[in-house]
Amino acid sequence: MSWLLGNADQIVQITLVHAWYSALPIVIGFVIAIPIGWLANRYRVGRGTILAVVGLLYAVPSLPLFVALPSLLGTRILDPANVIVALTIYAIAIMVRTASDAFASVEIDVLLSATAVGFSTWRRFWSVELPLAGPVLLSGIRVVSVSTISLLSVGSVIGVTSLGYFFLDGFQRAFALEIIVGIVGTIVIAVISDLLLSLAGRLLMPWNARPPSRRAVRRAEARTLVEAA
Amino acid sequence: MNSWPSAFLWLADPVNWAGPGGIPTRVGEHLLYTLVTLLIGVIIAVPAGLAIGHTGRGRGIAVQASGVLRALPTLGLLLLLALWLGIGFTPPLIVMVALALPPLLAGAYAGMDAVDRQTIDAARSIGMTGWQVLFQVELPLALPLVIGGIRSGCLQVIATWTVAAYLPLGGLGRYIYDGLAVQNYAEMLGASVLVIVLALLADGLFALVQRLVVPRGVLAGRSRDVRTRTPRRSASSTPSTTAG
Repeated sequence: MSWLLGNADQIVQITLVHAWYSALPIVIGFVIAIPIGWLANRYRVGRGTILAVVGLLYAVPSLPLFVALPSLLGTRILDPANVIVALTIYAIAIMVRTASDAFASVEIDVLLSATAVGFSTWRRFWSVELPLAGPVLLSGIRVVSVSTISLLSVGSVIGVTSLGYFFLDGFQRAFALEIIVGIVGTIVIAVISDLLLSLAGRLLMPWNARPPSRRAVRRAEARTLVEAA
Repeated sequence: MNSWPSAFLWLADPVNWAGPGGIPTRVGEHLLYTLVTLLIGVIIAVPAGLAIGHTGRGRGIAVQASGVLRALPTLGLLLLLALWLGIGFTPPLIVMVALALPPLLAGAYAGMDAVDRQTIDAARSIGMTGWQVLFQVELPLALPLVIGGIRSGCLQVIATWTVAAYLPLGGLGRYIYDGLAVQNYAEMLGASVLVIVLALLADGLFALVQRLVVPRGVLAGRSRDVRTRTPRRSASSTPSTTAG
């Protein structure tokens, strides 16, 4: 207990760093994956290739990727950028597939109607396609959020600051409480992030209070689980 | 960039290919750990996933449990269990199995969920029993996704046994931590290449198996359009009102 009080500052500080380092890949991955996912859904020829590439990226194990990135990016091995880039790659890999499923779940009739009443492709994307793909996109980014936050702690073994520091330090000092603090901290960040995302979903998609395609969302969730768990 | 030649020199050095710490031994250890983990995981998760998919009961619990398991940081669990239960093979094995359960369970469940309800009803209507429906209709149709679950579980397990070498264990992660301790980046990079190749090979193998287990009838009826478009319900299920 006294350890908790004595190190409260450090715990809070490292938790904030952990939250920041995991927020970057989640947001950047989401923004990059949307156009790629849209292209994968729009062009049949590209779909197989794009999904195969993101599948391969996702198959690369985390620690070896953390180790290999410095030599590819020219960064120092202790640079947090290595871990952030690696987690962004995973975020893109999960999100591209979900985004492509999300755009595929939009009814073609609705798109045709939008075109028929004079929407340009650009405007149709922003005001019809993207909002209707929203629920599935949301389920995807929630999966990305949880896995990024939990995976970031592995970065601590190559010296990148995260809650993983408490795992290593606690293990070396045979001090279980410190490890538990790290685990609880990770879960707290994951839960808060999930709440923020579902809140954002509710504000941005108020019509989704009773989603008509709950089955589609559930299927996408199950599928993302299969691929991303 | 200039670290790649030294990494390949490390890989090519015969010294690293011999003895109890040699590359073949480490690859063997890594594969053995992975197979044992997957075997236990499959025995636990696949029947449970099939049961949930077949009866339709316990879906919510399964999805929630998977979510919770996924939120737990593996490294923390590994070290906590090693601290409580002692160094050895069992504590990390427990964590690895727990980690493999969500994708295995989700694969089995998603596979069953994807089977068309009408197909199941048709099987029942020609007099099949529950078990016959499960083993002769649902399981063959669900098998590609079940294998898909094992595939992603396998990747996860290969990746995490690498991380687990922070504990005194064998496997390819050993090189990464040993290299890290003496700042031998060539060894770390060489071993990373090995793990990545191993993971990609495993992924390719499972992809092949997934393709092979698709029932012939499904292949014959599959449309050319590879996009996953949801069927238009309005066109098929509601009778046209303009006809009369």
